[in-house]
This record gives sequence, C-alpha cells and structure tokens, in this order.
Amino acid sequence: MAHSPAIAMPKGRGAYRVLVQRKKLVLLALGLVLVLSIIADLGLGPARYTMREVVLALMGSTEVSRQISVVIWDIRMPVALMAVVVGAALSAAGAQMQTILNNPLASPFTLGISAAASFGASIALVFGVGILPWAIDYVVSINALLMAMAAALFIHFMSQKRGVTVETIVLLGITLVFTFNALLALVQYLASEQALAAVVFWTMGSLTRATWPKLAITAGVLAVSLPLFMRRAWALTALRLGDDKAASFGVNVRWLRLETMMVISLLAAVPVAFVGTIGFIGLVGPHIARMLVGEDQRYFLPASVLSGATILSLTSVISKSIVPGTIFPIGIITALVGVPFLFSLIMSSRRRSW
Amino acid sequence: MVASLELTDVGVRYGKQEVLAGVTTPVLKGGEITAVIGPNAAGKSSLFRRIAGLLDGPGRIRIDGAGHLSGPGKVCYMPQDTSVNTVLTVYESILLARKQGAGRRVTDQDLEEVDRVLHGLQIEPISFKGLHELSGGQRQLVSLAQVLVRDPKILLLDEPTSALDLHRQVEVLSLIRSLAKDRGICVILAIHDLNQVLRVADRVMVIDAGTMVSCGPVESVITPTLLQTIYRVEARIERCSRLCPHVIIDGPIARM
Repeated sequence: MAHSPAIAMPKGRGAYRVLVQRKKLVLLALGLVLVLSIIADLGLGPARYTMREVVLALMGSTEVSRQISVVIWDIRMPVALMAVVVGAALSAAGAQMQTILNNPLASPFTLGISAAASFGASIALVFGVGILPWAIDYVVSINALLMAMAAALFIHFMSQKRGVTVETIVLLGITLVFTFNALLALVQYLASEQALAAVVFWTMGSLTRATWPKLAITAGVLAVSLPLFMRRAWALTALRLGDDKAASFGVNVRWLRLETMMVISLLAAVPVAFVGTIGFIGLVGPHIARMLVGEDQRYFLPASVLSGATILSLTSVISKSIVPGTIFPIGIITALVGVPFLFSLIMSSRRRSW
Repeated sequence: MVASLELTDVGVRYGKQEVLAGVTTPVLKGGEITAVIGPNAAGKSSLFRRIAGLLDGPGRIRIDGAGHLSGPGKVCYMPQDTSVNTVLTVYESILLARKQGAGRRVTDQDLEEVDRVLHGLQIEPISFKGLHELSGGQRQLVSLAQVLVRDPKILLLDEPTSALDLHRQVEVLSLIRSLAKDRGICVILAIHDLNQVLRVADRVMVIDAGTMVSCGPVESVITPTLLQTIYRVEARIERCSRLCPHVIIDGPIARM
C-alpha cells in the first residue's frame, strides 16, 4: 500500500518546496534588518551621522570628511561588529543548548554558564589570579572561558545521568547561577574599591571593550563552530524527535551531545569573556528563530544566528539612543528588553509546543 | 538479499540489574512477521531496544542481509513513546528520518519517498501540520512513516497500533503485512491485541517477567492454557467464518 507505484503526482513535494522558499526569504529578511541595524549603530554616538554619511564612509567615498571615516571605521566599527558576532554566538549557543538538552529554558545565562564566566573573570580582576598564569594579556578572558567550560561540562555530565529530566537540568542550572553569584559576591566583598568597580562594570556587560583582536577571536570561534553544527544539521534535528528515535536512525547521541556541548561552551564563553555578561540573547534569539522557521536545523541555526545578531545590534542602537551622548552598558538593556519578551513568550507558549 | 534475524540467549542489563534474559529464536526471515506479546513491563521494549543496538547486554544478535544502524535500509525501530515536543511539520519529520546518514542534500528521490509513505499511510492531509498539533493516533502513524521511509530490512515496531481506532489498526497491519511480503522485510511487532496477533503474525514470542516463555507458530503458542498462565484470563480460541482463530474471553469475567 505505501509503496504502490501507481500514485497520483503528489502535492506534498511542491508544498514542501514552497515552505523551504519561505524559510529562505525569512533568513534574507533577517539579514536585511541586521544590515540596517548595523548602519544605524554606526551612525549613532556622541556625534550623530546620517545613514548617507555612514554608507559613503563605508564605501570609502571622499565625499565625507576624513574625521567621519576615522570615527566610523576605527572607533564604531569594532563595537558594532562585536554586537553582531556576540549576539550571533550567544544565540547559536542557546539554540544548540535548547536542542541537545531538550529544554526551552536552556541558555548560557539561565544554566549558569555566564555566571561561571563572571566568577572566573572576577578572580582575575580582583586578585589577579590567572588559571593559566602565562597568558597574562588575556587573563580575565581565559579565566572566564575556563570557568564557563567547566560549568558547561558539569551540566552536560549531570544531564547524562539516568532519571535526569528536563526540569532537573533547569534546577541544576539555577543552583549553578546561585552558587556562582554567591562566589562572585564573596569576591566583590573582598575586593578593593578600584577592583570592585571593575568587576561591577564587567558583570554589566559592555561592548565598548571591543577591539579588533577580540572581535577577530570571537568571529573566528563563530566561523569554526557554525560549519560544525551545520554539518550535523540532520542529526541535531533528529535529537528533537527523542533520543531513542535519533539513536535508531544511527545518530551517536552521546557523542553528538558531548561534541555539541564543547562547542557551545566555547561559543558561550568567548563573548562573555570579552564583553562581560549579556543575558537573554541566548534565550530569546532561538525562540524567535523557532517561531519564524521551525526547528529544521538547516534553517533554525542560521535564523538563530541572525536573530541573535540583530537583537544585540538593535540593543546597541537603543543603548545609545536613550540618553543622547551616553552609552548604557548593553547587558542592562538586554535584560530590561529581554524580561518582558520572555514573559510574553511564557504566557503564549501554552498555545505552541514550547 | 532478504534480511534475517536470529537471537541467541539475548538479554538486557541496566547496570547490575538484569531485566531480560535468555531470548533465543530460530532464524526470523524477511517476509515474516513475528509478534512479541506479554504483560506490561515484561521486557518487550527492552528487547526491541537491545535488537536496535540502543542497549547492551549478553547474547548474540545475528543480522544477515542488512547492515546495522547506519543509513537507510537497515534496522529501523519505532519506539512505543511517540510524544514529541518540537516545532517540525509532519513532512519535515519524515524527510528528516529519510536523510539520517544519507547525505546532506535533499534529492527528488527523497521527496518522492516521503510522498509515497504519506500516501501509503493516508496521512497526506496532515503533511504540513506541526507534530505538536497531532492526536495520539496521528503521532503513531507519523512515527511509523518515519521508519518506513528509511526503507527498512529489519523493522522493529513497539506497539504501533495502540492509539489507533479499529479501522486504522486493520489498515496499518495490512500495510505492514504487505510490506513484509513485497519487500522481504523481517518485522518484529510488539502488540497487546491478541486477535490482531492471530490475524497478522506468522510467529509469536511470549515474554513474561524478563524471560522468553515460548516462541513458535501463532496457533500453537496462543492457547487457552497460555492465556491463563500469562494473563490469568479464562478464554477460548474460536475460528471466524474465514477460519482465522480468535480469542474469546470466557468464564465469570466474560461480562462485567
């Protein structure tokens, strides 16, 4: 019956192709919004430039003054692009965390990975203690990175234990958040006034720390991670049908989870290491992507990356627009914008599957 | 080449706890349907997961004429639990099953196969519904479609009809029967409805409390004595007008 040769030309195939086209258009639209947001971000700051000036400066035109070109290329560009790559990396990390832990609340922020990174960084800022003492220039970043990886591995191994449910993992993440926040508070308590200010500012998350080398490293991590995920797109999507089914399809579920978790910890930790704690992108980015294109990883991952990048870039625009001439730490804005968004997501999730 | 499966003293252990032991079968050939019956929690699902390679344990599983666990056309397992919590359409989920271990690019042939399976199971109208929107019975049909699209040689179906109405049960079991015959698929089927077992299966394996009690031709295994021993139900076997045997519940509990 299923494989009888005499069947009418089915509608399924055509409808599927239309669905795929629609998803590609959504990706294109997200990309366009991102480009517009970057241009707006470059135009905003203590001195405001029009969109035309920004575009001309980007094209290297002589119609704009050299000063504008310098401001845009040397001062604002690393910050604007850092927003893009950090947003993309955090959102990709959140998307894959939600996928492999089968948990809509999983993100680097909610599972304590960002808190672990903050604690690692604070040790360096307050005591000058590096986990890898020879890498003195990047001691804050490396501490943050190693602590984040340790937290990610802890979550991973705990999630592998028998009888561990989706709820247990969230609770486990919450315990990590509390533990690392308490340790962070302890470090702050012991810190000198100057070091305390540095820690507080660091935990707020700020893109103004962006430099070209940091941008290059973060972009590099993203450039290595995304193709790895894309290569595993079918297998990662299969995880969403349940472990048994994925395994029976030939997916090495344990190995795929471990491999993905390692890449996630890198993706989540590097941005936190460079720009401080930025919450909610890793949670909200994938949710927007899921609503727009579903969970076929071939579209879900690019959509997560683009929506994460767009949100953080737009947030950067907002952080400069609230009080002209002042740039608010972006971590504050993402949390303030993210909370109502998350709230509306939770309230409407009863009608959807997540 | 027609696939075949042979189990020799197969068991399953969770840590130190042995949940299944001593399952031995003759060579189960392609084209045949073997039903696995037994009370709840007897170890049927563990046996399926063991054959599918998802669990470890003692014993030997010999599969001929089919590779093991990679790419389409091998051992395909439909788990009992079909609940999912994901934003994928039915069509995407079946295509996804087809593409595992089979290259990244979606070909016309892939889409053609998905269409055929959807048509065969008569679930075309729900092709573009979300998996989370489906009823229990629809989910079961989609789950079945996901294994059928992989062009299986050994097909392990853990209670594939438990959520289906009578019409669908008959349809799906006839489909499985004809697929087994036409494509030489070796089907192992866990199912609770003994009348369906008597209608569809060639052979039956009885599992009780983690051990294999019996394995043989359906009519010689499903007897009033077995029903009394395994299920503690008084019943007799009668034949319908087409001479197919049926289980009739009898004795004091015949009418409640």
